[in-house]
Amino acid sequence: MNQLLEAVRWCLDPAHWDGPAGIAARSVEHVGYTLLAVAIAAVIAVPVGWWVGHTGRGRGLAVAVSGAARALPTLGVLTLAGLLLGIGLAAPMTAFVILAVPSILAGAYAGFEAVDRRVIDAARAQGYTGAQVLWQIEVPLGLPVLLGGLRSAALQVVATATLAAYVGAGGLGRFLFLGLKTQDYAMMLGASLLVVALAVVLDGAFAAAGRAAVPRGVTVARRLITT
Amino acid sequence: MTWVLQNLPLIADRTWAHLATSLPAVLAALVLAVPLGWLAHRYRPLNGPLLTGAGLLYAIPSLPLFIVLPVLIGTGVRDVVNVVVALTLYGVALLVRSVADGLDGIPPEARNAAVALGYPPLRRFLAVDLPLAGPVILSGLRVVAVSTVSLCTVGAVLGVPSLGLLFTDGFQRGILAEILTGIVLTAVLALALDRLIVLLGRLAMPWTRTAGAGA
Repeated sequence: MNQLLEAVRWCLDPAHWDGPAGIAARSVEHVGYTLLAVAIAAVIAVPVGWWVGHTGRGRGLAVAVSGAARALPTLGVLTLAGLLLGIGLAAPMTAFVILAVPSILAGAYAGFEAVDRRVIDAARAQGYTGAQVLWQIEVPLGLPVLLGGLRSAALQVVATATLAAYVGAGGLGRFLFLGLKTQDYAMMLGASLLVVALAVVLDGAFAAAGRAAVPRGVTVARRLITT
Repeated sequence: MTWVLQNLPLIADRTWAHLATSLPAVLAALVLAVPLGWLAHRYRPLNGPLLTGAGLLYAIPSLPLFIVLPVLIGTGVRDVVNVVVALTLYGVALLVRSVADGLDGIPPEARNAAVALGYPPLRRFLAVDLPLAGPVILSGLRVVAVSTVSLCTVGAVLGVPSLGLLFTDGFQRGILAEILTGIVLTAVLALALDRLIVLLGRLAMPWTRTAGAGA
């Protein structure tokens, strides 16, 4: 427990917070990587997922891709990208986007599939066009499940962003690897606690955003947010 | 390809270490998650805290957890035990929800019929509830198996042996083939374990075969 005290002391030392290599700057980098990767992954995965969900085509492929991607070890993808793209942000970003896409893709098409077919049939009977069904029914009703997918993607990336420092990028992982090299366990443990805290805070923020974004009256899909 | 052929003993070694770390974690997760999931299902006041706790646990990044655990359980940072315990915790976090969901989904008629037939509680749980919740638990277990095998590689950053050492070593020495070998083997191991679980599930739950368990 002494080590824990040392680590907390390391975290609380104001001298460790300032400057471009301080805790504050590294935390901003860490969150920045996470949001950027999730945003890029969403731009790729949401339209594809919606298309799969709306048309029902390519579902088997989407399921297979999501499943196979889960088996891909992120550290492997990261080091592979690091070797091919060199040191910098491109390698970790590539790995994070690959990591984030499956959850978001699954959230996008599963959200559409969760919409009761009778609702869509009723809308068609009232003369809704395909585009109206998409934007006015499937997108809003599928939103909670999609947000769940975004949340788990963000969590996976915030966890993995720790590894960005392994291929020369920044983020809170810097302290982890520095501590590992210099045998400074207080620094390693302190940085670990910071990452854990950051992940928990981000998870809470996504949960709150998810609850706030669910359209009023949508109750069925609400419980899916937590999965 | 030459690298693979020249390093077969090393690869076998790493694969073995990988299995020896991830398999115990998956098994331990299953053993721990069933009673916890039952508690969450049976006692409503426990449902929220247990499932929220599991969610929070899953939010903890793996590398930091590998580093924090030694302080809590008194092992060294490079100890395999840390990785096994951490992977078990993640597995439990994922599976508790599956077990609770599976038990929640049992039709009350089936349960009432078992009670009417005179099944005592424990026997009813083992002979009726658990098999009926089986398919849901199985699908959760598949996710746990795949993610455990994949996460196991992260320990390599700290020097804990697994296929992940092929990544760190390949990166430091600039050997592309070594990293690729590691990625392919990890994925193959994960998917093989997934298939094995599906097969075992079919053996244990023959009635799901006709229902089309899905891939």
